[in-house]
Amino acid sequence: MKKGTTNILIVGVGGQGVLLASEILSEVAKSSDLDTKKSEVHGMSQRGGVVTSHVRFGEKVFSPLIPNGEADAVLAFELAEGLRWSHQCKSSGITIVNNQKIIPTIVSTGKFSYPDSPADKIKKKNPGARIINAFELAKELGNSRLVNTIMLGVLSQFLDLEEEKWIEVIQRMAPKGTGELNKKGFLEGRKFEN
Amino acid sequence: MEMLLAGNEALARGFYEYGGEFASAYPGTPSTEIMQVMAAFFKEDVYSEWAPNEKVALETAVGASYGGARSIAVMKHVGLNVAADPLMTLSYTGVGAGLIIVTADDPSMHSSQNEQDNRYYGKFASIPILEPSDSQEAKDFVKYAFEISEKFDTPVMLRLTTRISHSKGLVQIGKRETADHSGFERNIEKYVMVPSHAIKRHAIIIERLKKLKEYAEETKLNKIIWNDRKVGVVTGSIAYQHTRDAFPEASVLKLGMGYPLPINKIKKFASEVEHLFVVEELEPFYEEEIKVAGVAIEGKKYFPSLLELNVDLVRKGFEDAGVMEADKSASVETKDTVLPRPPVLCAGCPHRGIMVVLRKLKVFTTGDIGCYTLGALPPLSQIDTCLCMGASIGHAIGIEKAGKTKKKAVAIIGDSTFFHSGMTSLASAVYNKSSITVIIADNRTTAMTGGQENPSTSKTLMGEDTSVINLPDLCKALGVEHIKIVDPYDIDETYAILREEVDRDTVSVVITNRPCMLFPKKIKDTPLRIDTDKCTACGICFSVGCPAISGSGATNDKGKPIPVIDPAMCTGCWICAKVCPAEAIVEDKS
Ligand code: SF4
Ligand code: SF4
Repeated sequence: MKKGTTNILIVGVGGQGVLLASEILSEVAKSSDLDTKKSEVHGMSQRGGVVTSHVRFGEKVFSPLIPNGEADAVLAFELAEGLRWSHQCKSSGITIVNNQKIIPTIVSTGKFSYPDSPADKIKKKNPGARIINAFELAKELGNSRLVNTIMLGVLSQFLDLEEEKWIEVIQRMAPKGTGELNKKGFLEGRKFEN
Repeated sequence: MEMLLAGNEALARGFYEYGGEFASAYPGTPSTEIMQVMAAFFKEDVYSEWAPNEKVALETAVGASYGGARSIAVMKHVGLNVAADPLMTLSYTGVGAGLIIVTADDPSMHSSQNEQDNRYYGKFASIPILEPSDSQEAKDFVKYAFEISEKFDTPVMLRLTTRISHSKGLVQIGKRETADHSGFERNIEKYVMVPSHAIKRHAIIIERLKKLKEYAEETKLNKIIWNDRKVGVVTGSIAYQHTRDAFPEASVLKLGMGYPLPINKIKKFASEVEHLFVVEELEPFYEEEIKVAGVAIEGKKYFPSLLELNVDLVRKGFEDAGVMEADKSASVETKDTVLPRPPVLCAGCPHRGIMVVLRKLKVFTTGDIGCYTLGALPPLSQIDTCLCMGASIGHAIGIEKAGKTKKKAVAIIGDSTFFHSGMTSLASAVYNKSSITVIIADNRTTAMTGGQENPSTSKTLMGEDTSVINLPDLCKALGVEHIKIVDPYDIDETYAILREEVDRDTVSVVITNRPCMLFPKKIKDTPLRIDTDKCTACGICFSVGCPAISGSGATNDKGKPIPVIDPAMCTGCWICAKVCPAEAIVEDKS
């Protein structure tokens, strides 16, 4: 990845663990002695809304927001969100999407429909996009809440940040008693190929 | 040591490090975490409390400052409207120990009803404004704010915006330093604002502003970053950060002090660059000040007043102004129009029951500020107005008095909002012989901002037990004769009671008795499921707008969707089951 500022956009739906994932990523960047900024808007996100978190790190970071289309990686925790945000990814960047659908109530009332084959559409825009069954993988590992560390594991393949730093931060920041499990989730993601 | 802190956290840290002793606030996004951090980490040294509204928060902080404690009052931008009364005259009295007023503005209205620019309040009150542009400054500026406050005998406004409050950046951590101040001393010419004293104080305030202008010229808060001299930019707050990214070659005069401006410094800067711009979020506040001083500068002609700025908007402004080559940023394709995800009431939210009943009653519903405002959106579509804290009751009285609306108006207001500014309106309803019905949706917390304590909660911000203000007794004392308590999950009974109260020709109050599902702790009972043998796919259950209910993908023979309930999300509140005409929603025993 190029020298200068690295931009990671993490997106999902309220309650999916986007905020913890971006927290972990920024702490890893910080512990690698990089200037780090992270920005998101809380507020109504708790109630089923879209959550986006911008993480930027490098020698010196000014704006906490990633300029349009300049994300080195888009990490999407949900398919429709992956579709919504994948255009923010640079052509040289990577889009990583959790193959999970979260359907809002608004769809049930018939006003809107969930996009058809979102994964294909994402791949059309970003041919290198990785679509991952993180939710299934998390359940196999014994806890559906591991989605965020698995996703971070996949992301880590594309970032120049040391593995020990990731593991140290994950163990420190994972919810009490889940440090080892989250480390496992991260390592699974880190070796994921497709 | 360095920590990664949000602006709010850094500001709280700064208050602790620079000898702060007293903090008061009413919760409001994006400012809320400042107080939560104070209470969680610094309670040994800093006393912090929730006030019932921002006016009380400021008045109490003023008292603490008069009384010799370095103090802070914290609020979101619209909170300062409520606290504007003490603010304007506080400028005259000045302070005792250092006093900071934090206003957290919300450009883009991520969680607010407007995007007013509170810098005008600083100018209006003739008090200095400091505007940090990142977390480190959010901490450092607390030190400057106390120094200015004590040196110039003035409250100081520390203005954050959502992006500063909620963005994290690296912050150097230091030790706590304390300042010595004596207690309150009688001085009526300073502290009693009757006309004869206020006239003298106003003269002092005019002098103070002159001295602050001199200070602005010298302070390190305002600094110049020299680069290429073709373009010079005057900027501050988050716009400074966007500008540095958007136009790294430009020279920048960064304003850390947003009012009064260092006009001479700006003039000198202007004379040394070819083209001069001002980049600021929201209103042309600096721009007006600078133009009035006779400096040729362009700002809002190129940089929008609407919503937050970002690197792209700043870049585009410079491109439009012809000082920057148009670049690739223009080529980014627009985002796919994917489905919207409007916020909804949580699964099991007790407000849902009230909305369902109000819909059945066919009344207008004047709303207020809180989670229940979400009841305005489909499929509940019940709330008809939302203006500001406490407005629901006044609106209902007014609609009724106007006499031109056939449907009855029912006001709905939460417990915290009622304590904030509903009580006086209820007094008005009684006094002015209104016949409205007021629903106090008492969930015993300030839920919208994340579950803060209030006089209905039995806990203080610092976690101590305290008494609960009894709402029925309070309403009774205000003269309301008809007060009913309802269980909002019991739709039939709630309907029967509300029907009677709405039809009554005197004021009545109906209070709900179920706690919030999320705060202080998540509530979850046995979930329900759809009995697909009984379900006729009539779709009525979708109309309660519960996020736990969605289309299963399966349809009946007419192609209508059959619902499914997510057992992980469903809290077992039974509201959907009560509206289902086929009795197809049953307990999920699995
Ligand atoms: S309201 Fe009842 S009968 Fe109608 S679709 Fe829903 S569950 Fe089925
Ligand atoms: S019982 Fe019905 S309305 Fe209540 S939480 Fe469960 S699905 Fe939602």
